[in-house]
Amino acid sequence: MELGTSRVKRGMAEMQKGGVIMDVINAEQARIAEAAGACAVMALERVPSDIRKAGGVARMTDVSILEEVLKAVTVPVMAKARIGHIVEARILESMGVDYIDESEVLTPADENFHIAKADFTVPFVCGAKDLGEALRRIGEGASMIRTKGEPGTGNVVEAVRHIRTVNSQINKIKSMAKEELMTEAKILGAPYDLVLYIHEHGKLPVVNFAAGGVATPADAALMMVLGCDGVFVGSGVFKSENPEKFARAIVEATTHYNDYKLIGELSKGIGEPMRGLEISKLQQADRMQDRGW
Amino acid sequence: MKKIGVLALQGAVAEHMKMIEQSGAEAIIVKRTEQLDDLDGLILPGGESTAIGRLMKRYGFDEAIPEFAANGKALFGTCAGMILLAKDIDGGKPESHIGVMDMKVVRNAFGRQKESFEAELVVNEVGDDVRGVFIRAPLIESVGPDVEVICTYKGQIVAAKQGQYLATSFHPELTDDIRIHQLFVDMIVEKREESLC
Repeated sequence: MELGTSRVKRGMAEMQKGGVIMDVINAEQARIAEAAGACAVMALERVPSDIRKAGGVARMTDVSILEEVLKAVTVPVMAKARIGHIVEARILESMGVDYIDESEVLTPADENFHIAKADFTVPFVCGAKDLGEALRRIGEGASMIRTKGEPGTGNVVEAVRHIRTVNSQINKIKSMAKEELMTEAKILGAPYDLVLYIHEHGKLPVVNFAAGGVATPADAALMMVLGCDGVFVGSGVFKSENPEKFARAIVEATTHYNDYKLIGELSKGIGEPMRGLEISKLQQADRMQDRGW
Repeated sequence: MKKIGVLALQGAVAEHMKMIEQSGAEAIIVKRTEQLDDLDGLILPGGESTAIGRLMKRYGFDEAIPEFAANGKALFGTCAGMILLAKDIDGGKPESHIGVMDMKVVRNAFGRQKESFEAELVVNEVGDDVRGVFIRAPLIESVGPDVEVICTYKGQIVAAKQGQYLATSFHPELTDDIRIHQLFVDMIVEKREESLC
């Protein structure tokens, strides 16, 4: 018997495909998310929009709240650790968290190095703005990738930019001659063997989800249309007017992402989405996507 | 050519599609109940049984799939799909399930993700070298008289067959080995030949 193999870790993310993973800050929200059809919940201390408001240092979630969330639901529980914070990640692993998000939403603990994720039995998901970043994280052992987007803004434009960038970089590598691949690996700052994998398979070796700014059922469906395997919704659910209805509509829009008439129906009478922020109005220091490298 | 659908409400659909095609059948992504009319068999993929169970009810599959099965059509469930096929479920019932196999399953029977594992399995009619990928996997705790146990792991049931139904705790679709999907495709052939007699 072999625990924590790459197939078991990546396979776990495969099982999340076509689903919605929702940010929750306590057991009650976790139950609401599960009942609405979330395929997993992400436990954190505050949703990204509140982290923006509160300022200061954002850390791993409170351990006793995490324990309650783990007990409250049967769907997988994910939790965020700070970039480079080996010990937060080890604590989460020891508590039985099913997936760790080494996340730019929290204040980085290390500005130079990400966690050596292959050493863990628990799988990791990491954010990426482009293909080079995605392949560096996979090289370190991430079993799942998500767009970084710009968390807590309710503005999907950055998530769209990131998936568009990754897709066009994949297409470029697919059509390259083999001789060009090492140079491309050097330019991207990506491991050569992973660039070769992209060339041969035309896709990432792991699942790629949307995250960072998804606020409506139509946003979730857009990210699926653009080729994401599933969707993370952070502030979008519990900062909306009616979280329960909103959560259900986002789940169904993700499943039926190309049934536009249905998404129109789903979007009726679900109340106001969260308030959005214009990305260009953010101060440089407030841009979470620039954390990590 | 036999047509086999994969229920695509949530979960690992693409992997099953590939396996069906490699087993010599046509694979169809199923999101609506009316698509079932056209099919010889349906795969319920791995995913989250709570999420899939809710969407099945919302889109009428909770009634359409049992009817499909009552017409003699074949069903194959892996992991979450196996939970949905079982009559009895321990550890939190999803909002709806199909309940056509006479067995009791236990959800997340091996523990959480860090306890997920791979192991070498012996599967009747398939081989003694089947790679089992278990991800937050369920177990079959007990089976009725009509259910044939085709695989055990450390004395516990992890795969079973009953008439035109097949269920595995593990994920053959995450390997390159098509033999279990081939077994399912062949089960459909047998069914057709019987109905010709």
